[in-house]
Amino acid sequence: MFEKILIANRGEIACRVIKSARKMGIKTVAVYSDADKNALHVEMADEAVHIGPPPANQSYIVIDKVMDAIRQTGAQAVHPGYGFLSENPKFAEALAAEGVAFIGPPVGAIEAMGDKITSKKIAQEAGVSTVPGYMGLIEDAEEAVKISTEIGYPVMIKASAGGGGKGMRIAWNDTEAREGFQSSKNEAASSFGDDRIFIEKFVTQPRHIEIQVLCDGHGNGVYLGERECSIQRRNQKVIEEAPSPFLDEATRKAMGEQAVALAQAVGYTSAGTVEFIVDGEKNFYFLEMNTRLQVEHPVTELITGVDLVEQMIRVANGEPLSMRQEDVKLNGWAMESRIYAEDPYRNFLPSIGRLVAYRPPAEVAEPTRAVRNDTGVFEGGEISMYYDPMIAKLCTWAPTREEAIEEMRVALDSFELEGIGHNIPFLAAVMDHPKFVSGDMTTAFIAEEYPDGFEGVELSATDKRRVAAAAAAMYRVTEIRRSRVSGRMDNHERMVGSDWVVSVGGETLVTEIAADKGGSTVAFSDGTVHRVASDWTPGDSLARVQIDGELMVLKVGKLTSGFRIRFRGADVPVKVWTPRQAELAALMPERLPPDTSKMLLCPMPGLIVKVDVGEGDEVQEGQALCTVEAMKMENILRAEKAGKVAKINAGPGDSLAVDDVIMEFE
Amino acid sequence: MKDILEQLEERRAEARAGGGQRRIEAQHAKGKLTARERIDLLLDEGSFEEFDMFVAHRCTDFGMQEQRPAGDGVVTGWGTINGRMVYVFSQDFTVFGGSLSETHAQKICKIMDMAVQNGAPVIGLNDSGGARIQEGVASLAGYAEVFQRNIMASGVVPQISVIMGPCAGGAVYSPAMTDFIFMVKESSYMFVTGPDVVKTVTNEHVTAEELGGALTHTKKSSVADGAFENDVEAMTEVRRLVDFLPLNNREKPPVRPFFDDVARVEKSLDTLVPENANTPYDMKELIVKIGDEGDFYEIQENYAKNIITGFIRLEGQTVGVVANQPMVLAGCLDIDSSRKAARFVRFCDAFEIPILTLVDVPGFLPGTSQEFGGVIKHGAKLLFAYGEATVPKVTVITRKAYGGAYDVMASKHLRGDFNYAWPTAEIAVMGAKGATEILYRSELGDAEKIAARTKDYEDRFANPFVAAEKGFIDEVIQPRSTRKRVARAFASLRNKKLTNPWKKHDNIPL
Repeated sequence: MFEKILIANRGEIACRVIKSARKMGIKTVAVYSDADKNALHVEMADEAVHIGPPPANQSYIVIDKVMDAIRQTGAQAVHPGYGFLSENPKFAEALAAEGVAFIGPPVGAIEAMGDKITSKKIAQEAGVSTVPGYMGLIEDAEEAVKISTEIGYPVMIKASAGGGGKGMRIAWNDTEAREGFQSSKNEAASSFGDDRIFIEKFVTQPRHIEIQVLCDGHGNGVYLGERECSIQRRNQKVIEEAPSPFLDEATRKAMGEQAVALAQAVGYTSAGTVEFIVDGEKNFYFLEMNTRLQVEHPVTELITGVDLVEQMIRVANGEPLSMRQEDVKLNGWAMESRIYAEDPYRNFLPSIGRLVAYRPPAEVAEPTRAVRNDTGVFEGGEISMYYDPMIAKLCTWAPTREEAIEEMRVALDSFELEGIGHNIPFLAAVMDHPKFVSGDMTTAFIAEEYPDGFEGVELSATDKRRVAAAAAAMYRVTEIRRSRVSGRMDNHERMVGSDWVVSVGGETLVTEIAADKGGSTVAFSDGTVHRVASDWTPGDSLARVQIDGELMVLKVGKLTSGFRIRFRGADVPVKVWTPRQAELAALMPERLPPDTSKMLLCPMPGLIVKVDVGEGDEVQEGQALCTVEAMKMENILRAEKAGKVAKINAGPGDSLAVDDVIMEFE
Repeated sequence: MKDILEQLEERRAEARAGGGQRRIEAQHAKGKLTARERIDLLLDEGSFEEFDMFVAHRCTDFGMQEQRPAGDGVVTGWGTINGRMVYVFSQDFTVFGGSLSETHAQKICKIMDMAVQNGAPVIGLNDSGGARIQEGVASLAGYAEVFQRNIMASGVVPQISVIMGPCAGGAVYSPAMTDFIFMVKESSYMFVTGPDVVKTVTNEHVTAEELGGALTHTKKSSVADGAFENDVEAMTEVRRLVDFLPLNNREKPPVRPFFDDVARVEKSLDTLVPENANTPYDMKELIVKIGDEGDFYEIQENYAKNIITGFIRLEGQTVGVVANQPMVLAGCLDIDSSRKAARFVRFCDAFEIPILTLVDVPGFLPGTSQEFGGVIKHGAKLLFAYGEATVPKVTVITRKAYGGAYDVMASKHLRGDFNYAWPTAEIAVMGAKGATEILYRSELGDAEKIAARTKDYEDRFANPFVAAEKGFIDEVIQPRSTRKRVARAFASLRNKKLTNPWKKHDNIPL
């Protein structure tokens, strides 16, 4: 076995690989850029080598620098993680030239599968059904439009070297094809250093289901079931699960066998993923093969009990697979939520900054439930603009899908994250969405169910009452504590009453609280009664509340006369008044927020790349106004309605903060 | 006997009705509560004891003798906030527009005298059209009587003013001399002369809200210490503030039960100060992570944001915090921030509230506007305030402590009790770049040489150890253990005794 391996990656995946290596008694070497000097993967590794400035194209994807680090540390093998150099044949070749093992497939397989055009040809030759499209290289935007028209809209414009949603656009008409071609090309150039683009038919109503394969260098190959990754936003996976709620055993077997056959056709070794689009009739089409460890591999690990990273290392070491297909058993259900630094209320725009609070739920591994959190960050760490905005992969496992979802709901509620915008409220909303819960989803789920973006969640009538009961009981505790301040007039202390009025989500609920040693009994004026028990004390930012015997985990924020409560994707101010306060509060006028409808506000911290309009211009609804670059993504800001530009406050090169006014309209 | 009892109840009911139902409704229509409703919210339920309910004015001019409502436009008395005694007056806009008469003033004076004698805070809820014009000079005399008492009470008991309606002309000077002024957004204003006079004299067109509203006074003038959304929130937040304050200058600040680990380690603070010395970070995170339960009551949040002032608790006991804010003007001291912090430090010192100072200051803000505005004297106020303060003083330098600003920010030399520094601290006359440019002026043409000189200077001075070697820093501490270290420092100072030489009063550079 190898004595020392280098992980040519960063973030959660580097940490993930280190964990398995450590378990196997292998020493680890991390590499890091200036931005990652204090990163978790650097701290976890036995050794760490600095490889350059923050931009990945000056550090993590510079082959020479990684090779230097290998020579310097004497690492015998390299795990590339995902992204960066993981599917770069030149890197695999460079390693081979120095006799360093690549913990991944052979160069030939990477080359064959790495290029989407080539891989599709190979798949077709192997008899795998594929989606219609244009496989040649496309010279310019006009050619892109011509080809798109021939294939027929909608089409998908993709970077040949792409992955993870970068350099990918869907076009529904000529204008979008032209724009999409250009921006895909730009993104592909900056992200992958390869701006080749291809176009294919965009299959509507598809599910994204992928097969995990594992092959050794001795001709053995198995498939480890599938992962359903249909919950995507702009082709970026958000929630994955294993198994798929859609597949039957026969389809699973057919897909799995094809996947292994395809892998073996290219002499594949190591872990790999064959992605399919599956339509409503369970017809599946080969999409692409990812010749690396996937981001979402933990769900497969949770249902198979196989440590994929360990298997990859063993295969790279020349060992034969210790399992056969019949040994692979799928057990229970696993969910993965990708927690991203992005603001769901602002169209999921990237959010960067300091993790003022980062407290994930505790990991557990019990016979009937499991919580796993793969991460590369820590409280006090920084989400920088240079890399992928993923903060963590929160996974849950339970015997059934229903239970795994419930575990995920509680885990998301327990996840404390402050300082940056994040998508936990959105993930929580999906976990409660009837379509998701029923398993009836396609890759269009997010676009269809949240067409106007995510605007938060309203508490259900039941939850509203339960939140109200919990908040009332908690607030009473804070008031009793207040009444115990020193310097009181003896015998004239404040008596904290038992009558409280809770105002939540537009509803006013009158309660009476009776407290005892075990908790509080909260009676509403309509006669319903809730039993509330919790070990919460004032100041705790998380309250685990047993309400009528059921667990509710509330995030508790400070607010005058109450709390800001976050629960199941909802974020609500809960006011708790004495009856007299409530009576007088009802007389207070409602204040409306200031009118920003005639301004274009900068939706994220970023750099203005381009302003498309001038002062005095008449603009149409949907017209591009300017482009803001943030975290390597170009975001085109468009006019929400027709109007005339009155004033422009920012120009190209200006770096703006959230809510800075870019332009004003008449 | 029964008749007499009934008569009392009748008279009380009449007094409680203030200006009558129609005026009460008009008050509500403006989004304002009545004087008595506000007291209900301010004090513990049922704790209010009223004085002078039946006082009526003595004016006989302009037909005033026809109208002598009980109470005369102000409700006064005492009650408790979380069981602790406070005195309160609440002007009743429904009675003669809350205007101040001789007797109205006398009612206020009475409770102020009692407050000073009995050692309890005075809270004034201001909602008044101004002087009772019909009374002429008697009304002005009334104001002056109140002013004199504000002055005498200053530093003896905490005085809090809440502006909950108009407060114009001479009336502004009573709140102006109290410790804290809070305003209610959109329903209160304060100015010496109103929009009409302003228009006549200076030809400026300005609304009452623009001239003296809550936002003006919390953001531009610094007259007010905070602004609240409405009357209910204002009363709740004043209760919260009172929980932090001692009742008088003879008492220690209050302690309340707390649910936080005194030795709580905050690993994330190790990375609070960014690698790059010119990158800002939010000092409020440090304040919140030091204090019990993350509870922070900020004073003047929206003014001179380059310095932060407010109250936290450590082990349940109030501590005043003054902190440079690197997010704004790099945390420089300037005229506004010096004045803001100086006043806060003096309040804490007057009421025995220990002071925690968090330092990241690159110096004083340069510029003609600063020098012409008298930054010398204004900066001296903060220096003076720290130097004269005898309360426990604990200082933590997180990053920069440069030049004269280092001295000012509760340095060891100003009788700091505990002066800690983080390992990231740089205590020096100025930044390395500036220092090198002065020391090696002749080499300025040679960028390489200057860079090397700068590096030398950084290596020598950009750390806390030069100061620590001299004993100006008592210890260099781990950022993560700041809460524990600071809490222990204050714990050790609970019996601190330090007295300044006798003097009639000092002559702080006002």
